[in-house]
Amino acid sequence: MTTTGIFLLTILALGFLITFQIAKASEYVSVLKGEKKAFEQSNKVNAFLMVVFLVLGLLGVWWCNHLLFGKTLLAHPSASDHGENIDRMLYITIAICGIVFIITQILLFWFAYKYQYSAKRKAFYYPHNNKLEILWTTVPAITLCILVGFGLYYWFRITGDAPKDSLVVEITGKQFGWIYRYPGQDNTFGKKYFRMIDEGKGNQLGLNWLDTTIVKKNHNNEVAGSIDVKADPASFDDIVTNEAIYVVEGEPVKLVINSRDVVHDVGLSHFRLKMDAVPGTPTTLWFTPLYTTAKMKEMTGNPKFEYEISCDQMCGNGHYSMKGLIKVVTKEEFILWKAKQKPAYAVAHPAPESAAPAPAAADSTNKATTSVAKEVKPVAIAAAKP
Amino acid sequence: MSNEAALHGHSEVAHSHEVHHGDDHGHHHKETFITKYVFSQDHKMIAKQFLITGMIWAILGGLMSVLFRLQLGYPDQSFPWLEDILGRWAKGGHISAENYYALVTMHGTVLVFFVLTGGLSGTFANFLIPLQIGARDMASPMMNMLSYWFFFGGSVVMLSSLFIQTGPFSGGWTAYPPLSALGSASPGSKTGMDLWIIAMAMFVISSLLGGLNYVSTVLNMRTKGMSMTKMPLTMWALFFTAVLGILSFPVLLSGFVLLLFDRHAGTSFYLSDIYITGVGALPNEGGSAILYQHLFWFLGHPEVYIILLPAMGIASEVLSVNSRKPIFGYMAMVGSMFAITILAFLVWAHHMFVTGLNPFLGSVFVLLTLLIAVPSAIKVFNWLTTIWKANIRFTPGMMFAIGFVSLFISGGLTGIFLGNSTLDIHLHDTYFVIAHFHIVMGVSAFFGMFAGVYHWFPKMYGRFMNNTMAYIHFWVTLIGAYLIFWPMHYEGLAGMPRRYWDYSIWESFKQFSELNKFISTVAIIVFAAQLMFVFNFFYSIFKGRKVTVQNPWGATTLEWTAPIRPGHGNWPGEIPEVHRWAYDYSKDGRDFIPQTEPVGADESKHH
Repeated sequence: MTTTGIFLLTILALGFLITFQIAKASEYVSVLKGEKKAFEQSNKVNAFLMVVFLVLGLLGVWWCNHLLFGKTLLAHPSASDHGENIDRMLYITIAICGIVFIITQILLFWFAYKYQYSAKRKAFYYPHNNKLEILWTTVPAITLCILVGFGLYYWFRITGDAPKDSLVVEITGKQFGWIYRYPGQDNTFGKKYFRMIDEGKGNQLGLNWLDTTIVKKNHNNEVAGSIDVKADPASFDDIVTNEAIYVVEGEPVKLVINSRDVVHDVGLSHFRLKMDAVPGTPTTLWFTPLYTTAKMKEMTGNPKFEYEISCDQMCGNGHYSMKGLIKVVTKEEFILWKAKQKPAYAVAHPAPESAAPAPAAADSTNKATTSVAKEVKPVAIAAAKP
Repeated sequence: MSNEAALHGHSEVAHSHEVHHGDDHGHHHKETFITKYVFSQDHKMIAKQFLITGMIWAILGGLMSVLFRLQLGYPDQSFPWLEDILGRWAKGGHISAENYYALVTMHGTVLVFFVLTGGLSGTFANFLIPLQIGARDMASPMMNMLSYWFFFGGSVVMLSSLFIQTGPFSGGWTAYPPLSALGSASPGSKTGMDLWIIAMAMFVISSLLGGLNYVSTVLNMRTKGMSMTKMPLTMWALFFTAVLGILSFPVLLSGFVLLLFDRHAGTSFYLSDIYITGVGALPNEGGSAILYQHLFWFLGHPEVYIILLPAMGIASEVLSVNSRKPIFGYMAMVGSMFAITILAFLVWAHHMFVTGLNPFLGSVFVLLTLLIAVPSAIKVFNWLTTIWKANIRFTPGMMFAIGFVSLFISGGLTGIFLGNSTLDIHLHDTYFVIAHFHIVMGVSAFFGMFAGVYHWFPKMYGRFMNNTMAYIHFWVTLIGAYLIFWPMHYEGLAGMPRRYWDYSIWESFKQFSELNKFISTVAIIVFAAQLMFVFNFFYSIFKGRKVTVQNPWGATTLEWTAPIRPGHGNWPGEIPEVHRWAYDYSKDGRDFIPQTEPVGADESKHH
């Protein structure tokens, strides 16, 4: 134990002791003064403090906003079109709830002060009034209907189908990082199967690169059947990266979200969006980014600004470090970046120059497509999810 | 079961009631230390057992939050004394991520279940139901005793999980699989999780034994003249709470049983397509991780009201007594609690808007969720009208009841943000959520509980708690609670996620380091104030100012017609008969008219 620790503990203990002594003494004093008088005095003090709390509290609300508003996302425009709707909804809700908050808190603490005990006054016997009850049933109900109306209007726009021409990117969570996949030249995601995952061979997603027979085992490690997995030619040109998602400013992008192990969540705070990554049940999310990362650096005045992907669902001890990136770039930059990317298959199989042409060259029209294994789980069932 | 039979057990059912109507109640028991203080079947003693166990849990749970707030507020600073108390969990005076998550998880589990469910309902349902409806004891005192001892057993198991090698469960109090199902995904999901499930199963049993008792007692054992609509609102609140618990806890238990099967029997209820780094692909296929979330929140949301309703009932009662005014809109209060009870079962999926839930289904839950704000609003306006034109005595109980209303408004309004799926996409799992539920069901339920403890302490122990310490406790806690949780809304509006051990690597969230330090400091002060309450509580049991009159608050309800220190059986003679509702304050020029007084011929009518 350090000396400061002992020092702090001593102060704490002394504080307790002093408070206790004062408390004890005031009890004796109140007995001496007469309980009624002591009660009337403390009642006045507490009633006064109620109104002090009200005034300081409302000032504090204003001050807190003054200090912290600039640090929230609301200080800058939303980075996506959906985000603009969400901000609008937020302001509508803040306006309505803010008014209710201020009125009810003022009434509560003001009444507490105004109707404090007085020997001269009697309380007003007022057990019920049906008109009032109807008033404060219908007014909140109507107000809430307005909020539900706005909310659902935006909700269906946000969760509606992505535009047909959206750029589709697959994002897969794992403990503790993100894997991104682009469909490659053929614009089709190759099939994958979780039992095909082989990190040592550069296949983090389990793409069906090989014809394989997988022996299934049960939880006691006993053999329980097998499954034939056929190679999917569409998977040979898929680009897999852990670096960042590159998307184009002003063009819609659709994320197909997967998880490899536990539940994660793709949190895109600047775009005001979020969607869980659930193992075995893919989900989707789409938006149109409005500003490039470079523009956002200027707008926020922060040269280190990045669109960070945060994991927003507790996923284990490294949860806090599960960071991903979205780079919003111009069309030209995107084309340049895409051209530089090598398919994952090519990266995992750095074939010597003389070798037969890599299957990566195969496109979806190749005859090999006919031999797609039936057992293999299709990748984008989820895309059907609205 | 009749009142007399409940008290004396089956062997005496045969006795005619006449025998017991003498003055000898409380004398013909041969009570030993064990039957009086340990395996007691007296509802009042069981209530105290729940309260004190709950308080111990609250101190532990609060201490956990202080420890992880140290990490959040002072991530760069080292506290060597932490290593002294936590050993390898805090090497070099820093709380490790593993320990941080264990603390966060245990804090949530303990506070939600063991303090605000067991401690709150367990205390006040047990203490107040027989006293306020006019019964000698619960319908089944034996089941009632078992309810406490299952709670105690669950507590012991939960506590023991803190001391095992792989640590307690650390995947968040909601325990979502696959994380909670797979020991290979997190060390906390090994033995710690088994103990967690066992403890929670025992807790569910305790809650059911208690709840069935509360419901049957309220329905069957009310004294003569005590119709349902003459009951104080505390009774209605505790009754609805018990109904909610009985209907929702079994669903939670079933969810846990399936989880246990997935963990140990090789089933795949919640598991599919999983590859764990370092382990490889798991055999499970075909399960749905989302199924668990449905089962969990089917309890989880009613649970919020299981916590809140008793606090609402206590606040209603305390506000009315100390305003010297009837509660405004008694029937509307009962009706809104009934509406809350029904709606509580129909809103669970609002915790799951971003799980990939069908958007149409989501929209139905938005509507139902925001609908629940209507009965809540009715209650708030009725409380406000209750103190309007009152003659308020600021007893400590009253102060906390007013604080409860303030916090319920503040936290309730942010529920309107989160219940709206459009905003939930943005705010889900951020600090906004933390701020919301800590204010509305954490702190405000605590305020209801404090109001109840201060108000009924004289009935429990025949002494008063010290007022000065109570007032300091109130103001520090109210101001502190707002200082801690109000700024968290702003962190949420910056998208700052919950359950992060360290924010310093995040360009988007690291701007709040000063604020986090401030919040942590306030949290420590508020925690110290709670210790003062605990001290006041135990000191006053033995040394508090003695209660000299039977009815110190001038209240109308039945518990104040019992002796200052009632024995087992509550009333020495016959159970008093009830003639009127519980809220005749300041009627016809009289300060209050007890429920036991017959309605006079010339009395003005309203009810």
